[in-house]
Amino acid sequence: MQRTRGSRIPKQPRHADQTSQTDLSAWRKGGRVDSEKSLQNQQSVDNDQKYDSQEGSLEEALSYLEEIQDDAALKKNSVLQKHLDAVESTALKQGLPPEVFETLLNVALSGKFADTVNTRILKSLIPASVVPESSVVTAVSWLCVGQCSGNVQLLFLKWLITVFDLIDQKEQLNALYGFFFSFLQDEKVCPYVCHLLYLLTRKENVKPFRIRRLLDLQAKMGVQSHLQALLSLYKLFCPEQVSITLPGKTKKWNAQLVIPASSSNTSNLEEAGEENSVCLYSTDVSLPVEQLQTFPQLLQNIHRLEFPAQMGSVLTSPLLLHYMNCAQEESIYLRLYYWMGQMLQEECTWCVVDNPNEEEFKSFLETIYKAECFLQEGFSACEEFLYKTLPLWDGFCCRSEILRLVSWIPLSSFSDIKSYLYDPLAQLFFTSSIYFKCSVLECLKELLQNWLNCNVIQVDSEFSSSSTTLSGLVNMVAELVHFVGWISTVALRLENNSTFLLYFILNFYGTVCDMYLKYNLPLLIMPPAGVFYPALLSMDSVNLNKLCHIMYRYRTNLVAAKENELSKKNILQFKFSNQTYQEYNQYIIAMVGCLWTSSAFQKDIHPQGLCMDDKLLRKTAVKELKNSFNIVYHPAMMGYSVQFLQQIRPDDVTFNFKSIKGKKWDWYLEYLYSQGLKGLKVFIESSISRVSQASRSKAGNVET
Amino acid sequence: MAEEAQEDGATRTLPSLRRLSRALPFGRTHGRLGISSSGRPIVSALCSQESADPQQTALLLRKAWTLYSVTPLYRFRRARLRDYARLLSAFIAAEKQKGLAVEVGVELDIKVALSSLADLRGSELDQAALLVQLSSRSRASSRNSEDKLVWSGWFCSVFGDDLSENLPEDFTSLPLFLSHGAESYTSLVGSWFQKTFDCCFRRLAISPQNLSWMVAMWAGCKLDRAAAAVELVFSVPRLSQPLDISYAIHPEDAKALWDTVQKTPGEITQEEVDVFMDCLYAHFHRHFKIHLSAAKLVKVSTAVASAHCDGIVKILQSQYLPGMLMLLTELAISQIQ
Repeated sequence: MQRTRGSRIPKQPRHADQTSQTDLSAWRKGGRVDSEKSLQNQQSVDNDQKYDSQEGSLEEALSYLEEIQDDAALKKNSVLQKHLDAVESTALKQGLPPEVFETLLNVALSGKFADTVNTRILKSLIPASVVPESSVVTAVSWLCVGQCSGNVQLLFLKWLITVFDLIDQKEQLNALYGFFFSFLQDEKVCPYVCHLLYLLTRKENVKPFRIRRLLDLQAKMGVQSHLQALLSLYKLFCPEQVSITLPGKTKKWNAQLVIPASSSNTSNLEEAGEENSVCLYSTDVSLPVEQLQTFPQLLQNIHRLEFPAQMGSVLTSPLLLHYMNCAQEESIYLRLYYWMGQMLQEECTWCVVDNPNEEEFKSFLETIYKAECFLQEGFSACEEFLYKTLPLWDGFCCRSEILRLVSWIPLSSFSDIKSYLYDPLAQLFFTSSIYFKCSVLECLKELLQNWLNCNVIQVDSEFSSSSTTLSGLVNMVAELVHFVGWISTVALRLENNSTFLLYFILNFYGTVCDMYLKYNLPLLIMPPAGVFYPALLSMDSVNLNKLCHIMYRYRTNLVAAKENELSKKNILQFKFSNQTYQEYNQYIIAMVGCLWTSSAFQKDIHPQGLCMDDKLLRKTAVKELKNSFNIVYHPAMMGYSVQFLQQIRPDDVTFNFKSIKGKKWDWYLEYLYSQGLKGLKVFIESSISRVSQASRSKAGNVET
Repeated sequence: MAEEAQEDGATRTLPSLRRLSRALPFGRTHGRLGISSSGRPIVSALCSQESADPQQTALLLRKAWTLYSVTPLYRFRRARLRDYARLLSAFIAAEKQKGLAVEVGVELDIKVALSSLADLRGSELDQAALLVQLSSRSRASSRNSEDKLVWSGWFCSVFGDDLSENLPEDFTSLPLFLSHGAESYTSLVGSWFQKTFDCCFRRLAISPQNLSWMVAMWAGCKLDRAAAAVELVFSVPRLSQPLDISYAIHPEDAKALWDTVQKTPGEITQEEVDVFMDCLYAHFHRHFKIHLSAAKLVKVSTAVASAHCDGIVKILQSQYLPGMLMLLTELAISQIQ
């Protein structure tokens, strides 16, 4: 059987062969990563020349190989040798262009050369871009003729498996499924045919008679990995026809924390129709989740995707989490709810006696947390678990994992959050180390932020699936903020006003002070005096600076609220109580009195504030009490003022702090700002009218 | 289970089986939360379902059943039981010979039968119980020789309305699973159900408090003939050598005691159970100077049924089957929610 074909390769002088060059470089640009592209651009001139010369000889080689009739022996034929070398070197350097495959496959499989030649040709079939499907189909037809030896057949199959992904289409190839299947009988090629079938198989290829044939082979050959793989794929497509379990490590049957995603075979069963298996509607509509690998694939198949048999497996699959985010079915959440609830209880290391798998449980909690972050939503099973187990928790086991999960407790109008969350948490908080206290404060800050974000999203999208009303939300948030205020006050006393602790507390208020403007929530709550005064009198400039910034944000929020209220554009359902403004003003008077006007202990009208009787103050025998907390003398600022003096008068060692006034006061302020005290800057600029700028008195001007 | 003092004995008094399930006072009032801080079930010892098929129930009696709770089955279709049996049978074969594929539908070593026990349920909302039986085919002998039953298990719900109401259509609530036979089969069947219906199994233990409920409940049952003794087994905690104390009481004495404790026939309160147990403890202490209340009640057995704290029960009398299942359903649901 001699196939002649018109040479599709234009026989042109080598320098004129531009088209295939551009083809090749086009593929290279599309198919390679950028770094290679740039590298290639640099060398393009060089390459083009090489390619020119090789392309020329490749062409010659092709026509030679195609036209030669007799079985030429390689050893004696130096011309053949030369042409083979040309094919090989082109293949290794650039890969072969699509149009040469048919010719070369024909040559290699027609059996007109010795096996050594055929082998060399097959081994050099490295595609530059794609392999045309038609060339493969033609090649397969040669297998029927039986001209080529077993070894060449085998090599061809191996080659086919290797380049499978590069074959441009697979429709016709799939039509040859039965043909490939018949090759299974040959023991030598069976493993490769199985592999090829594995790549080719679609749901419609799985037929009872094929299953039976494979099972017969299995009975003959015993456990073979290639048969197992193919049968597993058959099971995936048709679980109602074949069952197989691959050997592997399995944990306790009723406590599998990490479930691999497998497709839901019950629904397949349903679709398989009743008694006879004639399906009027196609059953391959759904894509098995096992085959879902990439995000583009998810996008293309999102309409024909089904959730896995066990919903718990979505936790470890980002693609399925994406899908879950799109599909808002109740059953998804319910299935996950039951599974997660049971797993958490079953594996909880401090609820189940003698459970040694703390690490495993930790990583399970971590997985849940990551999924929650991904979905931006807490799981109700997890919430219930926390409520059930927090009272039993020692605050030590899986600490960071548990606290992170606390931060995703969903916002709901659930009224008993105090007894389920705050009470057990407070008990642990007061009796644990300062580090635990800081972790709790951090997690409650996260919780607050998650609640606030959730509110913003709900307002934005008008999608209020939960029954949370605005007033419910305001109450929940207020309860949380008051709770943190309370534990913070107590904790500062317990921990001796620790700077470290104060930092975490102020972090929390960093979110609270911006709730109105940043999160659109008609609520502002001032920190309690037990937090405010320790921060104001803090020994540490970081915290003082933070307090200043927080007070500045409170001011901005309160001013905006007042303006909205006055403009009455929209009738506000909620109004800040006068008490909030009052509290703010009291604090601001105290702050300005301490930091700016040097009237500490005098100008403080807060009932729990720093106001003290003059007689009492005199008894302390401390000189210059009143300015002892201004920005020069404040213990948190002393370091700056010393450095400032050193800088302006390096030779003066007396440290004349009193000299910082008038113009120097302004320099000093500039110095402070340049040292990164931005909070102090915005506070002073917003809450204090400067003499120099507005020729007013140097008294603190408290607005609102 | 929280051992909370009960506020009011009267609230626990429930006159009938029917009302019992409807008006469970503690059940899941925090429903959403599922924290049944005092999920103490109350079950009247009365009541049998007259309609129950004696042949079917006979399968369930006089066997030691290991208890599990099961979350609702997703996309379980009662009409497909035969398909499920074929799949399960192939699954078991494939699991047993890992790596070898098995054709679904062919005759395999282990035959699986799935069937409904239609009568075994409480309210209208309950699904009929589901019986799973594995039997090994007798190869050597002729076709008509009996297959040997090697394992059985069943799912049921008796007045499990707490779980079944408000459940979406795709879910089937059968919260109680009982198995009898080799653990390896339980694990195979369990994994198949988990994979196929996305449900979760958990062992269901019985707390000492619930055990004392059971013994009080059964002690008061009317018995026709000379009945077995009421026996309570206690284990003494924190000993180097395990020490079990068995306390056997003549059934008539136990019944006489219970009759004096119980105020209204057909109703049981926590207070009455406490009094009953305290009397037994006092009696034991008078003779042996041992405070049984300091030990852990691990097993109770009566002529009606026996129960072990590990979650193993045996039911001896068919007329008490529904009452027992109702209590166990209740326990299973409290473990799920």
